[in-house]
Amino acid sequence: MKLKTILAAVALGAASFAVQAADTIKVGVLHSLSGTMAISETTLKDTVLMLIDEQNKKGGVMGKKLEAVVVDPASNWPLFAEKAEQLLVKDKVDVVFGCWTSVSRKSVLPVFEKNNGLLFYPVQYEGEESSKNVFYTGASPNQQAIPAVDYLMKDIGVKRWVLAGTDYVYPRTTNKILEAYLKSKGVKQEDIMINYTPFGHSDWQSIVADIKKFGSAGKKTAVVSTINGDANVPFYKELGNQKISAEDIPVVAFSVGEEELAGLDTKPLVGHLAAWNYFQSINTKANKAEIATWQKFIKKPDRTFNDPMEATVIGFKLWVKAVEKAQTTDVSKVSDAIIGLEVPNLTGGTAKMLPNHHLTKPVYIGEIREDGQFDIVWQTKGEVAGDAWSDYLPGSKDVEADWVKLKCGNYNTKTKKCSGQNY
Amino acid sequence: MFCLQAGAAMAQAAAGHEFDTAVAALPTASYLEKEELAGRIARSAHPQALTLLRGWLDGKLHADAAGHAYLEGEGGYTDALSGAAATPASPDELEKIGTNNRLRKALKGLLAQFGLASAEPGMRIEAVREMRRELDESAVAALQARLPQETDAAVKHEIELALALAGLASEEPAQRLAAIASLDGDRSTEVYNRLSRMASGDEADADAAVRNAAGAAVRSIDSWRSFYQGVETLFFGLSLGSVLVLAAIGLAITFGVMGVINMAHGELIMLGAYTAYVMQLLMPQNTGLALLLSIPAAFLVSGAFGVAIERVIVRHLYGRPLETLLATFGLSLVLQQLVRSIFSANNRPVAIPEFMSGVWQINDVFSITYNRLYILIFALMVFALLLGVLKRTSLGLKVRAVSQNRGMAKAMGVRTDWVDAATFGLGAGIAGIAGVALSQLTNVGPNLGQAYIIDSFMVVVFGGVGNLWGTLIGGMALGVVNKLLEPYAGAVLAKILVLVALILFIQRKPRGLFPQKGRAAEGH
Repeated sequence: MKLKTILAAVALGAASFAVQAADTIKVGVLHSLSGTMAISETTLKDTVLMLIDEQNKKGGVMGKKLEAVVVDPASNWPLFAEKAEQLLVKDKVDVVFGCWTSVSRKSVLPVFEKNNGLLFYPVQYEGEESSKNVFYTGASPNQQAIPAVDYLMKDIGVKRWVLAGTDYVYPRTTNKILEAYLKSKGVKQEDIMINYTPFGHSDWQSIVADIKKFGSAGKKTAVVSTINGDANVPFYKELGNQKISAEDIPVVAFSVGEEELAGLDTKPLVGHLAAWNYFQSINTKANKAEIATWQKFIKKPDRTFNDPMEATVIGFKLWVKAVEKAQTTDVSKVSDAIIGLEVPNLTGGTAKMLPNHHLTKPVYIGEIREDGQFDIVWQTKGEVAGDAWSDYLPGSKDVEADWVKLKCGNYNTKTKKCSGQNY
Repeated sequence: MFCLQAGAAMAQAAAGHEFDTAVAALPTASYLEKEELAGRIARSAHPQALTLLRGWLDGKLHADAAGHAYLEGEGGYTDALSGAAATPASPDELEKIGTNNRLRKALKGLLAQFGLASAEPGMRIEAVREMRRELDESAVAALQARLPQETDAAVKHEIELALALAGLASEEPAQRLAAIASLDGDRSTEVYNRLSRMASGDEADADAAVRNAAGAAVRSIDSWRSFYQGVETLFFGLSLGSVLVLAAIGLAITFGVMGVINMAHGELIMLGAYTAYVMQLLMPQNTGLALLLSIPAAFLVSGAFGVAIERVIVRHLYGRPLETLLATFGLSLVLQQLVRSIFSANNRPVAIPEFMSGVWQINDVFSITYNRLYILIFALMVFALLLGVLKRTSLGLKVRAVSQNRGMAKAMGVRTDWVDAATFGLGAGIAGIAGVALSQLTNVGPNLGQAYIIDSFMVVVFGGVGNLWGTLIGGMALGVVNKLLEPYAGAVLAKILVLVALILFIQRKPRGLFPQKGRAAEGH
């Protein structure tokens, strides 16, 4: 009897050990923890770790614990591809949450497609892409840029437009879409001013003086800013210095959120606008609870929560739901199961995964407050469906992404062909 | 008589009612509705209307759950309807009645109409100018009503200008012509825009005589404007140049005079900027004084680092430029990591003191921002001071002696190693001062130095190694050329063009604008 018990205990112990070793689900985290993007991306790594922690407390997924595999691609775009390969081939992770800049996403795309991996990408981006292996939980241009321009045009009565951006792929593509959109609304070429500056630009005096001149032509003028990173600070400072107030020439930014404003002198920014799908200041129960969980997890009661973090939360919850629905972590089966699934947004409404691998999202416009948070001044009625291929660019107007009916990320409705490009 | 009194009382009661209902509707109204309500509040002419609108604009208007409005004052809350002191039941649950940009603009316009009745002529001028930005019927009516009562000549002139501007929209061509004539000599942007729209384009005036008169007025303003725009570009160029000079001038000493390639120069600038940040942390109440004090403090901090770098690393590597380059580059990474560990990788905010912010509006086209102006003056002062130190002090004499002929100076009894350390410290300290100035213009973060190191070397090489005047002229010239190109080529291309031109220039004149002459220079 005694022997039997010991044997049983040993067997049980061995079995449970085996369960521990083999039966975890591996979650890859591919965010830069060093280099220029570390400031933004480290937060997303922590968000994923928090979500895994919470999920494990609830008993994991399908009875299995989740295990995080964190790598550091160091803001180095080729290294992103190497680390992705490592996650998929060596660590054999079941899903990856990662990337921030578009160039890093483009760099890992072939790796995910070759190895049939699964990537959740949580940042607003320029669109023009839909991969079988990627789910885009951030906004596409029609969920951020276009509604923001609509707001300025209809509610503020803006007639003249400055499109200012940092010189790389996201601002250039977004501005191309916006320019086409504005022209389709009857805005003339002479009422659009486009300006690009290098990363980290600091001498804004002549550009701001130009904007001032452009805006003093007697028509309401606004700046649509895709200026990225810390170049924003001297830009807003110069606006304040040259006494351009948000009432005269409002600036609506697509890359300035709570995290960027934290620890900034916000005085010159007050009243300027930002367009996002999430704001920390939105007063809902779910939002408050999530922020509280986050601040407890990170052990800092004043840490901010922002849009890409919410997108990470939504992506993670959708993936968990899909795995439970498919009862497997197999990438193809999860990809099929996830389409049509819904999870609630933190700010109300639901995020639904569409056949083009994008989400439905509400769009908010916020005005910057002195405390670095936003006052919501406008929001869409209900959610906007993410569009992978812009309807305003000649090249992408006829292209459609549908991974259910068409099984294609870039189906041309005119030529009736799937171009089969690898994106 | 009785009837009149009753009528007045009734009108007052009606105004009160109008005011009350409009205020009551505020908490739940959308921004567009609020704008309309604001107009109703202003028109109600209720004694509380002005206070309420001003408080609202300042974000001091709150409402409780029942929709009752309170104004937040210095001493506590007041009832927004009566103006009497009041205590809301639960101050924590008050919700601010928000404004957006459009609403704030509307509120400012409404307040300006109140301002027209102010006792201060200055306030009245402000009010007229505010109203001139958007001349609608109610604004014109208010101005016309004000004109006969106005006693102050300056205010009268402003009102007449505004009415002339409104007169441009008159039905009668003769009146439009008269309005153009009365606007003669006014170069404000509103007038310019209005006239140029009348002169040509889709909205051109139907009457040929009016078109011509407007065209002539526009042409005369145009030449005046283009002159000032040229002046503005020149100022922008000099201002960019002054930043380059500030960043490079420390390097002109360490690299130019001593011949040490110090890749950590940018990090010494960064340390100066962080010193400004720390000084502001120590004196949060007095940012202006903190900034002034951080100039000597940054000189000491960066200078001390400079002396330490020279003593510990650089002095062992004299005459071995490649190793110096690698060692100081490594050092620059160490210093970056140091501030990352102490201050975190995030940028630190350095507030701009009151006297540095704002703009000197010389006329409608040309304005100078104070921070740029001060930094330009500051750069010239630092330059003059440094030149004085090198030319007029015994340290300067020794520095020049050691840099020209080390062996001979040593033979004359100059302690060369001491002079080396002092020179390096001086260059580093100047870099620290540059950092204080840069903290007012750009981000204070670990990467601040990297952004300026290339520019600094560029300026020193272009100006001529070993020549302070070369650094000044070189930096200013690069700044002005950059700003001249920027409107045509854009910021990115302008920078590339300047670099290409610089490479070609160095090909032809490898020793820069003002090459060192003499045996010492040739001997290197």
